[in-house]
Amino acid sequence: MIQFIIRRILQTVPVLLGVTILVFFMMHLIPGDPAQVIAGEAANEEQVEQMRERLGLNDPLYVQYGTYLMNALQGDLGDSIRSGREVTAEVSSRFWVTFELAFYSTLLSIFIGLIAGIISAVRQYTFSDVGIMIAALFGLSMPNFWLGLMLMQYFSLNLGWLPVSGWGTPDRIILPVLALGTAGAAIIARMTRSSMLEVISQDYIRTARAKGVKEKYVIYKHALKNAMIPVVTVIGLEFGTLLGGAVLTETVFSINGLGRYIVESIGARDFPVVQGSVLVIALVFVIVNLLVDISYRFLNKRIDFN
Amino acid sequence: MTTKLLEVNNLKQYFPIKGGILGRTINQVKAVDDISFYVNEGETLSIVGESGCGKSTTGRAILRLDKPTSGEVIFQGEDLLSINQRKMRKKRKDLQIIFQDPYASINPRQTVRQILDEAMDIQNVVPKPERLDRMMELLQTVGLGSHQLDRFPHEFSGGQRQRIGIARALAVNPKFIICDESVSALDVSIQAQVLNLLKQLQRDLNLTYLFISHDLGVVRHISDRVAVMYLGKVVEIGEKEAIFDNPKHPYTKSLLSAIPVPNPRKQKERIILKGDVPSPINPPSGCRFHTRCPFASDICETVTPELRQTNSMEGTHTAACHFIEEIESGRKHPSY
Repeated sequence: MIQFIIRRILQTVPVLLGVTILVFFMMHLIPGDPAQVIAGEAANEEQVEQMRERLGLNDPLYVQYGTYLMNALQGDLGDSIRSGREVTAEVSSRFWVTFELAFYSTLLSIFIGLIAGIISAVRQYTFSDVGIMIAALFGLSMPNFWLGLMLMQYFSLNLGWLPVSGWGTPDRIILPVLALGTAGAAIIARMTRSSMLEVISQDYIRTARAKGVKEKYVIYKHALKNAMIPVVTVIGLEFGTLLGGAVLTETVFSINGLGRYIVESIGARDFPVVQGSVLVIALVFVIVNLLVDISYRFLNKRIDFN
Repeated sequence: MTTKLLEVNNLKQYFPIKGGILGRTINQVKAVDDISFYVNEGETLSIVGESGCGKSTTGRAILRLDKPTSGEVIFQGEDLLSINQRKMRKKRKDLQIIFQDPYASINPRQTVRQILDEAMDIQNVVPKPERLDRMMELLQTVGLGSHQLDRFPHEFSGGQRQRIGIARALAVNPKFIICDESVSALDVSIQAQVLNLLKQLQRDLNLTYLFISHDLGVVRHISDRVAVMYLGKVVEIGEKEAIFDNPKHPYTKSLLSAIPVPNPRKQKERIILKGDVPSPINPPSGCRFHTRCPFASDICETVTPELRQTNSMEGTHTAACHFIEEIESGRKHPSY
């Protein structure tokens, strides 16, 4: 088990290295000159050149990358071109906001999705099943920024129950989490349903019933646990997607999160910030997937890591 | 004196076919349609028939693993279909089932210990401190080693898994066990082992079996009595010898003629039926076999024959055909 974890952690090294290379060179392929952006429209050629020199932009790309990588390994992701502050500080404050948002949204998705999926599967083809699946279809089809706007309109403007935007206090968390978690809940519900249906028709569920196991335990102990593998996979992927994909929701609710920050930084050609942010997201994504892999061991006894 | 342990009366199991956006029931699959039979204490009754004739459905209906449409299943004087869920769960102690597929019928997340313990725990048959001894004993009974107690199902072979299934069924000291194609997934040498194990257990523990199978050789080996099913109906039932040596129903005859004879020089008469088994959705009227029966007449299309005995039949042997006597005396000729 520990061997497996160590092996998996070592495997993440090339992945993360690949991410830095990809992002670094892609950023430099985008037209636009950060020196020009910083120096301002009014700056003359000489000032821009000076700025370039200061930022190290005149060195060959591979030298720039090498310097960047060496610094990154020492925990220094450079300074933001725009604000001049350290990227690690800038990114980490925003990262935790986005992480919280993604985390609560995923929790909500799991909670609603699992319950809905189980009900749907247990009562297949009944009114509740059809109702849940139609609701799930809506949940999947609604763009989250639109849902966010609708929630805002209704709960904040019409009813005045919740604040329109911002982050930090519990009442500010509710709407963005709802907006972001709905699609995930729908995906998880559908996944749980189909996976549960597959398991429920298995003979060992009949065996459990024939033993006289209470229906409640048949569903939760015998069926659900065996049905969890695809669901856990989806949950892991969902969480990763939310981390990087919360931009629109963050924008709608004016949340100062990582997604929005990356988009702004791309616009300003703030290379160090974009690279640092993407690296952090990749790292978290890799960790989440590692956790998912480890959970397989507990869900499927046939998977043996040694 | 033999006593009836289980009596099935007019059992029907229809499955609805739902369709349309509202999920209305548009038709029904009549998987088991009005069958009656009984099983004596300590005997083995086999149900044979081809795929889709309702054998397994009958077994599941008896245990209420599906919800039967109507009928009675009387076990030791009590109708299992009319008691409530809680009482039924308690009753499951006496009635167990061994399924066909040993790969699918045990929960892959449970060790042998958990599988056996759960059964004993629910039915509370063995006090906790004695359970371990009982588990060891069970494993020994079915020919597994006690060192295999903490293994997961995937660590066993098919034959061993089926033994786990048997141990599980035995764990609660049942009186009646339904073997639903319990050996058909195993290869022949293992089949024989498991069959002999079942027979031996029957002698030792005074078990009663309902043995569901499509394998006539196996049925001949293990049964006391045999029931032949066709499209949800019992067409012939009786003592093993009567069914195999003196079959009366045209379907039974053709079914038995399909048994291979291990003698290459012996010419055997093979009765080949025309066509396929009709769909159990809207099954044929009258005698369900009339669409394929070489002896079918007009009456067969309209009147459903009842199980009945004629002078040439012995014991409890009955068959559901309008023309038993005529076919026997040669007054009626096959149309092929």
